[in-house]
Amino acid sequence: MINSEETNTIIQKPKLPDSPEIKLHEKSLSRTMIIAVFIGLILITGYTLTHLDTAGVQINQAFKELITTLNQMFLQPNAGTDGVTLLLQALGSSLLLSILTTIIGAVFGFLFAVLASKNLTNAYLGAGIRVVMAIIRAIPTIIWALIFSIVCGLGTTAAILGLSFHSVAYLTKAYSESIEGIDNSTIESLKVTGAKFWVIIFQAIWPTIVASFVSWTFIRLEINFANAIAVGAAAGAGGIGYQLFVASGMSFDFHETGFIVYLVILVTFVLEFIAVKIRRFYLNR
Amino acid sequence: MQSPAKFLKHKGWHQTTIIALVGGIYVLGSWFLKFDNLNGLLAIPKAFAWLGVNFRPTANSMEYLPRIWQKLIQTVLLAISSTVVAAIISIFVALLGSKVTGINGFVQTLVRGVASFFRNIPLVAWSMILLFSFKQSDFTGFLALLLMSIGYLIRAFMEIIEDEASETMLALKATGANYFQVIFQAVLPQILPSILSWILYMIENNVRDATLVGILTGTGIGFIFDIYYKSFRFDAAGMTVLAIIIVVIGLETISNQIRKVIL
Amino acid sequence: MLEVKDLQKSYEKDKPALTNISFDIKPGTFVAIIGPSGAGKTTILRSLNQLIKDDGGQILLDGNDIRTANKTQLRKYRRQIGMVFQNYNLVERLTVIENVLHGRLGYKSTLAGVFGRYTQEEKEEAMSLLKKVGLENFALQRCSELSGGQKQRVGIARSLIQHPKVILCDEPIASLDPASAQNVMELLKDLTEEYNLICIANLHQINMAKKYADQIIGIRKGKLVFDENADLLSEDILRTLYDQDITKELE
Ligand SMILES: Nc1ncnc2c1ncn2[C@@H]1O[C@H](COP(=O)(O)OP(=O)(O)OP(=O)(O)O)[C@@H](O)[C@H]1O
Ligand SMILES: [Mg+2]
Repeated sequence: MINSEETNTIIQKPKLPDSPEIKLHEKSLSRTMIIAVFIGLILITGYTLTHLDTAGVQINQAFKELITTLNQMFLQPNAGTDGVTLLLQALGSSLLLSILTTIIGAVFGFLFAVLASKNLTNAYLGAGIRVVMAIIRAIPTIIWALIFSIVCGLGTTAAILGLSFHSVAYLTKAYSESIEGIDNSTIESLKVTGAKFWVIIFQAIWPTIVASFVSWTFIRLEINFANAIAVGAAAGAGGIGYQLFVASGMSFDFHETGFIVYLVILVTFVLEFIAVKIRRFYLNR
Repeated sequence: MQSPAKFLKHKGWHQTTIIALVGGIYVLGSWFLKFDNLNGLLAIPKAFAWLGVNFRPTANSMEYLPRIWQKLIQTVLLAISSTVVAAIISIFVALLGSKVTGINGFVQTLVRGVASFFRNIPLVAWSMILLFSFKQSDFTGFLALLLMSIGYLIRAFMEIIEDEASETMLALKATGANYFQVIFQAVLPQILPSILSWILYMIENNVRDATLVGILTGTGIGFIFDIYYKSFRFDAAGMTVLAIIIVVIGLETISNQIRKVIL
Repeated sequence: MLEVKDLQKSYEKDKPALTNISFDIKPGTFVAIIGPSGAGKTTILRSLNQLIKDDGGQILLDGNDIRTANKTQLRKYRRQIGMVFQNYNLVERLTVIENVLHGRLGYKSTLAGVFGRYTQEEKEEAMSLLKKVGLENFALQRCSELSGGQKQRVGIARSLIQHPKVILCDEPIASLDPASAQNVMELLKDLTEEYNLICIANLHQINMAKKYADQIIGIRKGKLVFDENADLLSEDILRTLYDQDITKELE
């Protein structure tokens, strides 16, 4: 008789010589974190998109409409009833607004950055400035502009103050990160000569960070230009943003909207071009 | 060769010119915009004094809190979902368009141009034309943030790929691995942390931008702030701002912690 | 056997980076390519696995021309040609063993490669190669945590797991300290003999070339000016090669 044990062994696959599974990586916090964050974000997105309120709009229909609008904007732009001169003036004033607030942001941002950098000042002052700046940054530019417009009235002054506040806070952070990246020996070598604080700042710190200073300032200029448009539209502060708001939201002249958008894109391209040139100049020195 | 004295003098001139130039632009700019610097400066303490009195949330404004909170959560969810969808689209486009992993010169130029175009169309324009077709709904806000984010993320991702993945990409190509193997085994593992870091940054940024979009399109936290503000319920508006501060700083802190672990 | 015949390349018109380069290399030979900066060493090496498309000539690996291969064939040739880089070119965030296994990708189906599914044999081979290069205790370490010399040995293991006939090294020791450099050169030399490989290394250190190479190829301004047994490299030749007196360096 054949016992069942034998038949079993024949059917069973021969076992591999026992070699342990070779692991390719250990559990690491960083890997787990990346995967967890991605999964978390995707789940949130899935939930949000399935619960999105579309106000009963026929999506297909709306997309068709959107295409028509885009077509009017980008393929048949014209200056509309406002005329080219007025639009160019508005564009200029928005650009000036952004330049002005960037200058304010750069000057005060640098001063605060020096006072807030961990390797330059005492810890309490630095921490204090950083907290205040974080709070200022947390409030959107548009809300700053609206707040100031209660006191100064709707208009340029409120817009300038609103944009400046956010710029100062943003640039303080950016500059102080550059300053904190400076090698400590540079600072110490001047400290031992007995140089005064602000002498050290302008003889050692400034030349070291000038390239990144210029970089960040121009990044902020581009942001401020976008913000100047936003504030013009949403806080009635004038400029090209206001014209854009009127054309697209009140008179529904999408040809003019397109024209304005092209003007804005043109300016941002020019700003970007100048930024690249100047950055290269400072990097090569 | 310049003499040292001459060089220093030249440098001094250079600095003076730049300071004069910037100062000149500032003064002229103020004049053109009719911006009174002194009054502007004085407005700041005035504004804060006013804020201290009127914006301070009172016991009364507590009743607004649930509604504010609900809108704020909604806004954060919108910011997250628009960023994530934008990131998924952008990573594909960036892979097609980067100098390292791209298909060909034509596609690379095209992608660069399109990304730059998207990035530079003002958020106001997106909001308004979307509002026209999609009406006052969350979907409008979502689309506006999405289109804006795509422009930024494509460029950021392309730069990340070019900076971080070109060397490993070359090495794997030399082993005879094919395109998809190289992408999944070398490029993606290498760039994932930086990508995630950018996504987190974009979420923070979108929460702030969502306020603007909200004011224009009547959705989320921006809408509710606008209502309180326009109806002079300033304590409620102050409450809203406070809630925004807490959420944005909270998000920033969480992001920084995540970055510390993954980078 | 690797035969290169009349290899030509110019990046810009009328500015040849390589003109009529020809040489033969037998298996089991360690070859050093020397020459001043900009001579065309990298260009030669990268033409050999077609990371750079050259303009003319022949590259015969065991009689088959790599230059005329189509995409699929080229990948098959490339997996027989390992490459070691000056900057290691590892995926820094992945572990040592994952980087070594990347050398197998050329042999895998797209899907298995994309998901990084490796067989038990491949993993075992990776471990034994790590042992060979002295890194068996580092298998699960992230590459970003290694020293330069260790990273380069990971790079060498990655090329070995391809079962290559040829290994190309572009300045393999240029980023290393003298001790690690010796170490890597010795490893390459031993491996060449053990696996009967053709190993070609671009070197800036002439003393290293003399010490370890069997055959030396000298390139100057895109032309081949020397191709002999390493012992025949004389000061005269070095002087013409580098346009200057570098006898001191030889000491
Ligand atoms: N991508 C490129 N485009 C244009 N010219 C190039 C390119 N790569 C190399 N060259 C030129 O080809 C010539 C040979 O360059 P190659 O990199 O091969 O020199 P090399 O011998 O490796 O130099 P090194 O020792 O500095 O690495 C040089 O004159 C170089 O300027
Ligand atoms: Mg080279």
